[in-house]
Amino acid sequence: MARDLIVVGCGIVGACTALAAQQAGFRTQLVESRFPGAGVSAAGMGHLVVLDGPELALSARSLELWREILERNPRSFEYRQTGTLWVAESGADQAALATRQATLAAAGIASAWLDPRALNLEEPALAPDLAGGLLLPGDGIVYPPKAVHELLTRAVALGATVRCGRRVTALAGDGVVLEGGEHLAGEVVVATGGAGSELLPELPLMARKGHLVITDVSGPSIRHQLVEAGYTQGVHAPSGLSIAMNVQPRPTGQLLIGSSRENGVFDPAVSTEVTAALVRRALRFLPGLGRLPATRIWTGFRPATPDGLPYIGHVPGRGPVWAAFGHEGLGITTAPATAELLVDRILARGSVLDGAPYDPARCLG
Amino acid sequence: MVDVFDLVIVGAGPAGLEAARSAFAPGRRIAVVDDNPRPGGQIWRHDPTQDPPRAFRSLWDHLDSSGTRFLCSHRLVAFESGPTLVLESPTGTRRIRGERLLFACGARELFLPFPGWTLPGVYGAGGLQALAKGGLPVAGRTVVLAGSGPLLLASAVTLLRHGARVEAIIEQAPTGEVARFLALLPRWPLQTLAALALIRRLIRVPYWRGVWVSGARGRDRLCEVEVTDGRTNRILPCEALGTGYGLVPNIEAPNLLGCKLTGSLHPAVAVDSQGETSLPGIYAAGEVTGIGGVGRARLQGALAGVAAMGETQRIHGLLGRARHANAYVGHLAQHFRLREPVRRLAGPATVVCRCEDAALGPAHGTSPVDPRALRLLTRIGMGHCQGRICLHALAETRPEPFLREWLARPRPPLFPTRLETLAGLGDGTNPVPPT
Repeated sequence: MARDLIVVGCGIVGACTALAAQQAGFRTQLVESRFPGAGVSAAGMGHLVVLDGPELALSARSLELWREILERNPRSFEYRQTGTLWVAESGADQAALATRQATLAAAGIASAWLDPRALNLEEPALAPDLAGGLLLPGDGIVYPPKAVHELLTRAVALGATVRCGRRVTALAGDGVVLEGGEHLAGEVVVATGGAGSELLPELPLMARKGHLVITDVSGPSIRHQLVEAGYTQGVHAPSGLSIAMNVQPRPTGQLLIGSSRENGVFDPAVSTEVTAALVRRALRFLPGLGRLPATRIWTGFRPATPDGLPYIGHVPGRGPVWAAFGHEGLGITTAPATAELLVDRILARGSVLDGAPYDPARCLG
Repeated sequence: MVDVFDLVIVGAGPAGLEAARSAFAPGRRIAVVDDNPRPGGQIWRHDPTQDPPRAFRSLWDHLDSSGTRFLCSHRLVAFESGPTLVLESPTGTRRIRGERLLFACGARELFLPFPGWTLPGVYGAGGLQALAKGGLPVAGRTVVLAGSGPLLLASAVTLLRHGARVEAIIEQAPTGEVARFLALLPRWPLQTLAALALIRRLIRVPYWRGVWVSGARGRDRLCEVEVTDGRTNRILPCEALGTGYGLVPNIEAPNLLGCKLTGSLHPAVAVDSQGETSLPGIYAAGEVTGIGGVGRARLQGALAGVAAMGETQRIHGLLGRARHANAYVGHLAQHFRLREPVRRLAGPATVVCRCEDAALGPAHGTSPVDPRALRLLTRIGMGHCQGRICLHALAETRPEPFLREWLARPRPPLFPTRLETLAGLGDGTNPVPPT
């Protein structure tokens, strides 16, 4: 008989988890308090990127799974294989990227070093005084709202059910309690992104505010997602504000410009100061963009754990309750591998990835 | 650098200019900001082939020599603390601040999508009027004007003056409502005179009531429109269609600043009897406070101008007349209110958001959905016009609170803004370390 699985939260992680669970033979019910993809998923860039730090294993495995997912109907994800071009501003950046290239090569991921001349040929809009760049051709971009929608459609086609506009108010020993008192029985996956600590307050979670700016379609042609080499230092910065150039060419011809990270700010309002800082940083790398009009600015909150890695696995002391949240800014990339690992853990079977680094128990006293 | 004025007026239309005149006194520093290249706003938009309207000329004669600073071709894009206004012009960015601030940012047309409305040859009624003034050749062309309200008549007069053949004015309000509107109009003598002036010039133009355009057709561009009363249809050949279902207030800037709004469907800025908004020292006048036409806008502008300068004596002379003029807002809205079938013209494939070329698709005709969900999936309202057109159309055609939801969380920029302008934003309240 099929096991009942209740997935709380229908963002990219919930949708991927439901899909993987249905494929593994579970009977999955998704419960979403607003609408699919309403939370962190809606705010992000949708950059599918392999990182070389602690996220290497999870992001690399996820990109493999993304390639399988995208074999079918890639247009419904608005997918483009833009690659990622990590841009070096200085000799120190260049050295860091050389290390990154070696680390990635050891993991079987190809990348190419571009000297300043090659960088200029590849992306003529970049400033002429840069030290070079590292191109990862396998990375890509999706439009997250549509990606969530398509993954959910696939899960539903396999038999998953979705309830939107229903809030889970509590975890019960053998399931969840919905607003209004209704009880659903089954094993539970909490995939509520930034709201993860509402149901599981014992797992520490911090909101990291980010700003994004999107431009008109009239900008210069940019082929790759451009990220400055120092970006990953900002990702792991423990406090304060960090700004790093991160520019994505949308299939529409618009440019999506990031990024900022702020801890301890809970007001979702657009800050002119932070916007100015991230735009200044983008203009340092793309100096010809000054007259390009920006049409919209928005903010979002990345759910960050103390060590920067997501919670994926059983929550001790909670009965059959599993966590799948806390992906910081990398949830779109790492959702498929999260789902794979989690379903393997629930079934107590071996997995491609070692689950220990993501085990929620690590952050419990 | 920030230029500081005693009064900054946003908008150089009838309300803004009247406010500038009434607020003027020797030694006072007053600035008027407008994103058009010349003052006049929409209604007094410059027409090189015509003498300027007398009302505008007399106002301008006063202001031109008054020392009032006109910042034309300057668009308000964001606020910094103070509030300091960040203005963008074709050549750069500048900052100004007023001890008092007065929004007279007018209104824009309300469009309702219908099959074929994106064909070349279909314009806004006021848009077509502005284009004709700006040099679009309309002489000898067959034009139909359709929608609702007095703007259709004003547009027809301009088009006739430029040599167009206006085939018909298609008014959705039924004859009875138009008759009741006219029957009570004499309560407002200024508006009556304005209406008579229009009607006199339109003697030969058919004015159909109780009908609307249900479709525009043509291969590459418009060649005919389908006009219906809900039962029978007729085809009207034409080369251009100007369509507009009335006006909606330009509330974006005062809303971003935090001024309270009033009204549910297409909100206006809430003001007290003297034109002060919910924020002390910040005033609003004219169409931005409710659609009531040029006569009311001028009165309100004059009143808000003296109120902003604290001239109590002069306020009292204007209060009664302004209150009477305000009643015209309700009169207009009541008799030209949109009928149900007019709001149901778009089909699932009809483009709703022209910037993003987006239709409602499968969401058409379904029970209410989350506005944000629909926006994210279709990108409706996310384009260049920042939802100024489509979110107002959706407010009419859909049950969801698209517009209210959007207005509840306003964000800069107010218009598409150059990245170099954004890069210079900041007021030191939230210091950013160097990167």
